[in-house]
Amino acid sequence: MLTNIISISLGAILINNFIFSQFLGICPFLGCSSKVDTAAGMGLAVVFVMGLASAICWVIDVYILVPLGLAFLETLAFILVIASLVQFVEMFLKKMVPSLYSALGIYLPLITTNCAVLGVVLLNVQNNYNFIESVVYGITGGLGFMLAIVLFASVRERVDFADYPECFEGFPICLVSAALLALAFMGFSGMKIF
Amino acid sequence: MNIKKQFKEGLITNNPVLVQLIGMCATMAITTTLFNGVGMGISVLIILTCCNVVVSAIRKIIPGEIRLAIFVVVIAGFVTIVDLLLQAYIPALSEALGVFIPLIVVNCIIIGRAEAFCQKNTVGASFFDGIFQGLGYTMVLVIMCVVREFIGSGRFGGGLIDITNGLRFTLDGTGAGIQLFPSEYGAGIMNLPFGGFITLGLLIAAMQYALKRSAKKREEKETAAKEVEE
Repeated sequence: MLTNIISISLGAILINNFIFSQFLGICPFLGCSSKVDTAAGMGLAVVFVMGLASAICWVIDVYILVPLGLAFLETLAFILVIASLVQFVEMFLKKMVPSLYSALGIYLPLITTNCAVLGVVLLNVQNNYNFIESVVYGITGGLGFMLAIVLFASVRERVDFADYPECFEGFPICLVSAALLALAFMGFSGMKIF
Repeated sequence: MNIKKQFKEGLITNNPVLVQLIGMCATMAITTTLFNGVGMGISVLIILTCCNVVVSAIRKIIPGEIRLAIFVVVIAGFVTIVDLLLQAYIPALSEALGVFIPLIVVNCIIIGRAEAFCQKNTVGASFFDGIFQGLGYTMVLVIMCVVREFIGSGRFGGGLIDITNGLRFTLDGTGAGIQLFPSEYGAGIMNLPFGGFITLGLLIAAMQYALKRSAKKREEKETAAKEVEE
């Protein structure tokens, strides 16, 4: 059990990093990475929502959808759960933990359309994870996303001072630097666990 | 309604991936063979067109506050339909694209067009918008697939084209493609995530260069015309 959890965690954070090897969550990764602070805030929010969404969607899938033979409605059910979950978390934090709420700010509602969240929930079902494995995969997947976005934001802060051709302004130069980071993360792909 | 202008916007001047910069995840993830690229592009085209028509048809009766929730339900419905159809009729494609078919739900292209275009336009205009934006998306996917496949493994049309017994299109993803040079001389790195990032980056840079140059040319023409008038 423990080795299983460790291999899932290492896989989600390093080997199959959500951004650099699975291409999930690229939009916020490129959109919210101009400063390290905001990147860290976004990463934190994603860890939080991915963990919660994995737990809730697992329960809904196993105890409601599968027994009723409605497994084909997974996509529809999960996206609704994630959207309402994000809304709920936003209201809860605003009332109970205002400091965290103001730190996360606008990034919280944006997470609904982050495909890493829907992706992790669907992958949990595909891989037949049990409850604990699902939650671990959700949280560590979020941590992998956070690691990637913080690293990338610090790279971007330096790229701003670089002298690149005019037509690379904006997204293209970001994608090229992300490509180099992906190359670095490829180094983990040969790693074998247990 | 101006179909010609919409066509140009969807494919070039307002291309969803290259100019609006949305819907990148799938663009980079699945463009390893032409089979995946064309399959994904056509799936998105169908879903986008259906959603556009439905959203513009009901645009006057949905309350503004909950419109996003309604859009998401409409999109998720069509995505589920396409997902099930692919599983039933083209299982190879469904297997190759994996989680990226259900993830079309959160593809920003579809919700973006619903929000930006269909809310304000008629059913007919939205229908053509869906087709042309979908074509623009498919075009980018095809370009990326061709580039990555050629450099990565020296192949063209993997999964889609088979030439062992004359030219034949395979819809079950078994075609070996046309080998242009031996695959061991290919830069295998283009088939990995690195290739996806760098190809899209260079493609967008090329697009920005072209758009900037055409804008400059137009400006020069206008100033020249003005000088002639004076």
